[in-house]
Amino acid sequence: MNEMSPTPNTTTFDCRVAFAETMIEMARVDPRIVAVCNDSVGSSNLNAFQKEFPDRLINVGIAEQNMVGVAAGLANGGFVPFVSCASPFLTGRALEQIKADVAYNNYHIVLCGQSPGMSYGELGPTHHSIEDFAWMRALTDLTILVPADPQQTRDALRWSATANRPIFMRIGRFKVPAVTPESEAFTVGRASVLREGTDVTLIACGTMVSRALQAADQLAAKGVSARVLNMTTIQPLDEAAVIAAATETGRIVTVEEAIIHGGLGSAVAECVVQNAPVPMRILGVPHLAPTGSNAFLLDHFGLNAEGIANAALALVA
Amino acid sequence: MTDLHAKVAAANDADRGALLARIADEVRICILHTIDGPKMGHIGGDFSVADVLTTLFFGVLKLDPTDPRWAERDRFILSKGHCSAALYSVLAMRGFFPVADLKTFMAPLSALNGHPNRRKIPGVEANTGPLGHGLPIGLGCAIAARLAGSDRRTFVVLGDGELQEGSNWEAAMAAGHRGLSNLTAIVDRNRLQQGARTEDTNRLEPLADKWRSFGWEVHEVDGHDHARLYALLSARGGSQPRCLVARTIKGKGVSFIEDRVEWHHKVPSAEQVQLALKELAVR
Ligand SMILES: Cc1ncc(C[n+]2csc(CCOP(=O)(O)OP(=O)(O)O)c2C)c(N)n1
Repeated sequence: MNEMSPTPNTTTFDCRVAFAETMIEMARVDPRIVAVCNDSVGSSNLNAFQKEFPDRLINVGIAEQNMVGVAAGLANGGFVPFVSCASPFLTGRALEQIKADVAYNNYHIVLCGQSPGMSYGELGPTHHSIEDFAWMRALTDLTILVPADPQQTRDALRWSATANRPIFMRIGRFKVPAVTPESEAFTVGRASVLREGTDVTLIACGTMVSRALQAADQLAAKGVSARVLNMTTIQPLDEAAVIAAATETGRIVTVEEAIIHGGLGSAVAECVVQNAPVPMRILGVPHLAPTGSNAFLLDHFGLNAEGIANAALALVA
Repeated sequence: MTDLHAKVAAANDADRGALLARIADEVRICILHTIDGPKMGHIGGDFSVADVLTTLFFGVLKLDPTDPRWAERDRFILSKGHCSAALYSVLAMRGFFPVADLKTFMAPLSALNGHPNRRKIPGVEANTGPLGHGLPIGLGCAIAARLAGSDRRTFVVLGDGELQEGSNWEAAMAAGHRGLSNLTAIVDRNRLQQGARTEDTNRLEPLADKWRSFGWEVHEVDGHDHARLYALLSARGGSQPRCLVARTIKGKGVSFIEDRVEWHHKVPSAEQVQLALKELAVR
């Protein structure tokens, strides 16, 4: 796998490092925190965690359904399990366990989907995690977090450690530019307005946020004023921010590294159509992806600054 | 190259093993070139299972590469789908598609993605990659053959780490219960999984006993002994499904890759490729 998705041109930072460091920091002060994984100590960046807390790293082997069930039992015993696993196998393979054992029981478990979206581009659809938003959104008791940069990754993890509820979070594989103002407090359920605008709102999450910002630059050069929202929490959705975007800018483009059915765009559309109907474009992955690197596939599906800007221009025209 | 299997069929028992061994080395060289293109792949598991795949595709399986969906073909499922480079290599060398196509392994828009794709590659029966899917599908293939009154057979190759997935044991139970003698599971027992040894992660031993207790006829065999593999795989069983626990070495064939956990999906450097080719050529 290429280590860097090439499109962003600013300095980039690794969310996986933020994950690894924050897990250890949190475990040092909170003895309830345990990590649960599936033969993925290395790919989950838990080697250092395992070294410092060998008893608190539970590697159940290649057995994802068991992995999530075990987390439920650990939560029952007063521990706070951070389940770390490649996102397609965590969400897809253990879907019923996430529904029945985690969400329905309302256990404090943090499901960390590693290498989400099309991070494993070349490995093909079995290893792409583009359905995870749709699957997890159907479980309404889950909070769904999509940190866009290392600062948000750290904040989301820290919040999750005390949230006392079931959470699913994507941990990105590729380095990303910092998009969050350092001073900004992390508030679950609140979109952050990264740029003000009046003609159209670009709502993005995760890897797509920096690309939406680039698109806003391109649009500005063409005289179009685009608001940019980082929708870190997909569930519960910040409906107030969406309704404000609809009423104040009149048009919305959503963009996500996920299948367009049932993800961020669907969530925004559900809100828009019931509260403030305006024209929308939902950008994402339209169907199972062909073979190719992450960078290739994002371009292939128009999930880049040009693609986002063009979708916005089509709405504004 | 496509008539290699005819040579194997014509060989006498004394020569067949050596012939298959030579083909397996060619398969390994093919795998090495395939992985070297994108600098991605799973060389350890590809090399451990190369002898089993060679014996099946060049010796045992009833197939017609010119008619990949021929109804009476034997079914083969590579459940450890991350070892696609090994499967692609034997499929190409056996004539299912041009060997030159292997150059497109994992390239943009290529049919040859990191895991086998039935929709795009002739000879692939099932899309695998998430571990623990092959045996249930193979079980269904075996039941289908029974229902159709056909004597075609089904073979499933499994990773040993993969056996940690519970779905395998659900299928094993059903196959044993139904006495599906037309189903053969081959476990690539290389004792390594992605991050560690199997016995340090989730102990599998006593592995043969586990299969036996589920109603399977079990053979423990050297997974690099072509003559023995050929004899066992071409023979038909009695009234039970059969499991070959094939003792293998992950990375078999190249000294610096053998039995090292980091070579699960590490890719050889340019110099290492040359060294590996040298070792494979002189074997
Ligand atoms: C359901 C699922 N979980 C995890 C993985 C990631 N993964 C790919 S290969 C592998 C190790 C497989 O070990 P084994 O079956 O022993 O194969 P081999 O050592 O022969 O390559 C893992 C954990 C996966 N592909 N599918």
